[in-house]
Amino acid sequence: MPRSLTFYILIAQRLGIAAVTLVIVSFAVFFATELLPGDVAQVLLGQAATEEAVAGLRQAMGLDEPAIWRFLSWLGGLATGDFGMSYVSNIPVAELISDRLSNSLRLAAVTTAISVPLALALGIGAAMWQGSLFDRAVSILTISVISVPEFMVATLAVLIFAVWLNWLPALSYGAEAGSFGAMLKAYAMPVITLGFVVSAQMIRMTRAAVIETINTPYVEMALLKGASRRRMVLGHALPNALGPIANAVALSLSYLVGGVIIVETIFNYPGVAKLMVDAVSTRDLPLIQSCAMIFCVSYLLLITIADLTAILSNPRLRR
Amino acid sequence: MTQQPLVSVRDLRIGAVTDAGRKVEIIKGLDFDIHPGEIVALIGESGSGKTTTALSLMGHCRPGCAITGGSIRVGRHDVAAMSESARAHLRGTEVSYVPQSAAAAFNPSKRIMEQVIEITDIHGLMPKAEAEKKAVELFRALALPHPDTIGTRYPHQVSGGQLQRLAAAMALIGDPELVIFDEPTTALDVTTQIEVLKAFKSVMAAGGIAGVYVSHDLAVVAQVADRIIVLKGGEIQEEGGTEDILHRPAHPYTKALLAAFEPVPHVPATRDKAPNEAPILQVEHLFAGYGAVRKGEPDVKILKDVNFRIERGKNLGVIGESGSGKSTLARAVAGILPAYRGAMKFDGAELRPDLQSRSKDQLRRCQMVFQLADTALNPAQSIEAILSRPLAFYHGLSGRAKAARVAELLDMVHLPAAMRHRLPGELSGGQKQRINLARALAAEPELILCDEITSALDTVVAAAILDLLKELQSELGLSYMFISHDLSTVEAICDEVLVMLKGEVVEQLPAARMAADAQHPYSRLLISSVPQLDTGWLAGLDRAG
Amino acid sequence: MISVLRTSPRPGGTGPTWRFNWVGRIGLAMILFWAFVAIFAPMIAPYPIGEIADWDYFGPMSGQFWLGSDYLGRDVLSRILVGSRYTVGISLAAVFVACAGGVILGMVAAVMGGIFDTLLSRLLDAFNGIPSLLFGLVVVAAVGSSIPVLVLTLAAIYLPGAYRFARALSVNVNAMDFVTVARARGERTPYLIFREIFPNILGPVLADLGVRFVFIVLLLSGLSFLGLGVQPPNADWGALVRENIEGLSLGAPAVIFPCIAIATLTISVNMFIDNLPKKIRDRSE
Repeated sequence: MPRSLTFYILIAQRLGIAAVTLVIVSFAVFFATELLPGDVAQVLLGQAATEEAVAGLRQAMGLDEPAIWRFLSWLGGLATGDFGMSYVSNIPVAELISDRLSNSLRLAAVTTAISVPLALALGIGAAMWQGSLFDRAVSILTISVISVPEFMVATLAVLIFAVWLNWLPALSYGAEAGSFGAMLKAYAMPVITLGFVVSAQMIRMTRAAVIETINTPYVEMALLKGASRRRMVLGHALPNALGPIANAVALSLSYLVGGVIIVETIFNYPGVAKLMVDAVSTRDLPLIQSCAMIFCVSYLLLITIADLTAILSNPRLRR
Repeated sequence: MTQQPLVSVRDLRIGAVTDAGRKVEIIKGLDFDIHPGEIVALIGESGSGKTTTALSLMGHCRPGCAITGGSIRVGRHDVAAMSESARAHLRGTEVSYVPQSAAAAFNPSKRIMEQVIEITDIHGLMPKAEAEKKAVELFRALALPHPDTIGTRYPHQVSGGQLQRLAAAMALIGDPELVIFDEPTTALDVTTQIEVLKAFKSVMAAGGIAGVYVSHDLAVVAQVADRIIVLKGGEIQEEGGTEDILHRPAHPYTKALLAAFEPVPHVPATRDKAPNEAPILQVEHLFAGYGAVRKGEPDVKILKDVNFRIERGKNLGVIGESGSGKSTLARAVAGILPAYRGAMKFDGAELRPDLQSRSKDQLRRCQMVFQLADTALNPAQSIEAILSRPLAFYHGLSGRAKAARVAELLDMVHLPAAMRHRLPGELSGGQKQRINLARALAAEPELILCDEITSALDTVVAAAILDLLKELQSELGLSYMFISHDLSTVEAICDEVLVMLKGEVVEQLPAARMAADAQHPYSRLLISSVPQLDTGWLAGLDRAG
Repeated sequence: MISVLRTSPRPGGTGPTWRFNWVGRIGLAMILFWAFVAIFAPMIAPYPIGEIADWDYFGPMSGQFWLGSDYLGRDVLSRILVGSRYTVGISLAAVFVACAGGVILGMVAAVMGGIFDTLLSRLLDAFNGIPSLLFGLVVVAAVGSSIPVLVLTLAAIYLPGAYRFARALSVNVNAMDFVTVARARGERTPYLIFREIFPNILGPVLADLGVRFVFIVLLLSGLSFLGLGVQPPNADWGALVRENIEGLSLGAPAVIFPCIAIATLTISVNMFIDNLPKKIRDRSE
């Protein structure tokens, strides 16, 4: 479809903003982990270390160099796949992360595949039958899920499915999952929990986006042409709500980032988030930096996709 | 007429639920008929129930409202008693609707053609190709440019006047017996309005279609309607043939509506002019615009080389259509939008372009009053607080002196002193506009810039505001710069008139001789486009549509 | 279901009417309940919080221990009552810092406009681009966890959102003619901000404060649940869940009740702000 010049300018602008944000975010991460804690060499060696030992380590780690230079070389390292060495285990961070990352991505992918279609159907349905019993039930459920912490959703899921119904194991990822059934069971609890958290946001935002377009003069016009409720919502409101809905989907998926930290911890799931939480308790700074950057980049990616879809779906930018 | 009427409304009652959950009746028992091929106008001010009544003919009520009694017979159907799905079958095929703002009523994400022929798809009237052919014929009949290709565009790609005609095509595609026009030309400029009215009139006459024309404008209605129903407060005040209503009104309310149209000749203020007295405002070679400033010039240039002067005690009118730059001119003079080139003198002294470099006294002597009274008053402040601030700010008044002056100001604009405790939200439109004026007067100004201050008001209320302005002028020796799109308003109050087009002044002439002396083709077009209270006016115009 | 109550009647009967439905009232009642508990917790707690009172651990609900006992045999009710001080106190402090900072900056940015507005908005938007829990993790990893650090971190996380919200509202109000009138009168920025703009954004800002309070409670609980929030021996509600998570497979009340405490607080705040008392202006009156 032909696009106007404004359209390309807006796209370029969004990408530019994303790039600037990435730089600011990575600086914040670097600043927090390298400069806030004080002297890393001192931290590593403990209070009892001699001055010479600390100075030696500091030089060995390149901590004598100016902060901005260290920031740039760190950033360059990230870009070329060199994530540094773990302070605690002395293994390259990249090696520690690679397995864990695929585990986390799998969890996110399965959750997305299940929750997006479900949430869209429920959100659009609730908007279509606004004020009905169905709508109210969905609203109460979503508000409840949004109002409680992620770990409570997880706790309730365990209580219901593992303790009372005894369908699923409470702590998922124990031994190697052998059969398909076992794998399903292993994923079920984390996916159910994450799915609830992500869908609740998505349903709320989708419903709001569709209702906003239903209350426009052109939908009233469709009513006055004799259109059915279905046609008004699906034919007239929905095409105009696509931008906001895509935005809602991407924004809700960014809740995955927060949710996954809790869920991996509570279910002992060997993903990046669990790795990071463990790294925080051992103050393994290079590992924390890398994990934090992975999360920030994926979050930023989703937000940028949300913005771009909003631009893409704006009919005024078509020629 | 012996014919069976197409529409019979009997004892129609529509109720609404207020914010407090109380039920009120907004339509109080209407009876009227519409015959086949007849166009009936529903006329009244805002809140009279004219749109509510018109929409009820389609069985539709806005949220919060419901038909509570009476019958609405359209053709063979009793719309009031029908189920919602049965009403849907009626809509578009027997009764259809042309909205006030077509720009909002077209779905922005769909092509125009798809929306125009949607009725044929919903009701399965004809194949798509046939419907498109019929749509193109309608486009041609409505004098739309490029009738063969205009349907492939998106709504935001065509002008407001064209969209309004496309909305008419959309209403006519299903061959309805009755079309409801809901203030279809109110949002248009006068010169565009003529083309749209002509197009409407010719297709309705050609198809022998009956119509309901909702409007607040008697002059527009006079051009299209066969019969007029005057509504007020949800009740019919008067009903009759268009000529009868215009020339032999019986009801006092109808008479008041017509009186507001009577041209009131402006009597120039007479005062002795001191020798060598400087004009109150003098503007020379003024340029202004919006947007980022590059090399001393803004991106969007609006005003180009504007020159004029206002003598003390005289009034200057500025007329032009939307986008002509007339409001920008007021803002540039007020300093809200600093001009980037040109010079201004206030009472002989230099008036700097921006607010920051004007003295407090200069700011005090020139006050501005805005069009929308709703947004010009802070909804969180009481009337007393609103009027007190300029008294304290410019004159340092406080305590009892301030309170006394507030009461005095309210009295000047004919409002009771008790109103000072109210919030703006509790006032009517006309009352808010009076408070707006009172706030400007509190500064004790010498020049008041009035930006379309009567355009958002009902005819009768607007006429009262104009009377107030004249009265204040004779008492206080004010000068007004009066911006308006409405020629008759300007004629009623101004000594001189500037005609603006695309940011430039095309002509300046005395208001009293405007109709006779205007030379510039655009001035003539503007003057000839103002609808007259004469049923033959539109037909008599010899202009291409 | 809807009760209408009249307050401050004025002669002539045109005083404002307020409508406050029962959902909002329940919400308000719960909020007041938790506020009361947070203030008087040490006086009403049946046991000292550190005391190991029960021989059993993860004990059931009983007359002696209303909400059971925890993993060490301490009274859960007492720990929840005292824990409310941390959850409510830290969240309140953080939300006030975040909203006060955000709203003032937002109003100034809207009124000043120009380069100040652009830079501030860009910078704070970039900070919004860091997932909130992650931000908390990184800060705690860097400087350790203490109550002032928690308050400031939570405030820093939610300040950009409060700023963005207040700025959007202020930009709308700033475009209104009454602000233009004040500006044309010659008024200065502080007057514009506090007299013209602030009163008109106050309502939505208060509702936003409630929403943000809920977010902060959830985030604080999440951090404590990960062991990165309030540190032992003190415990907020999130930390109570963490301590007793082993009891989950037993269905112990020690895990369930801290969760319920969080839920009652957050849900009641949401109920209250979604159903605030409304001033009714009956137009036909």
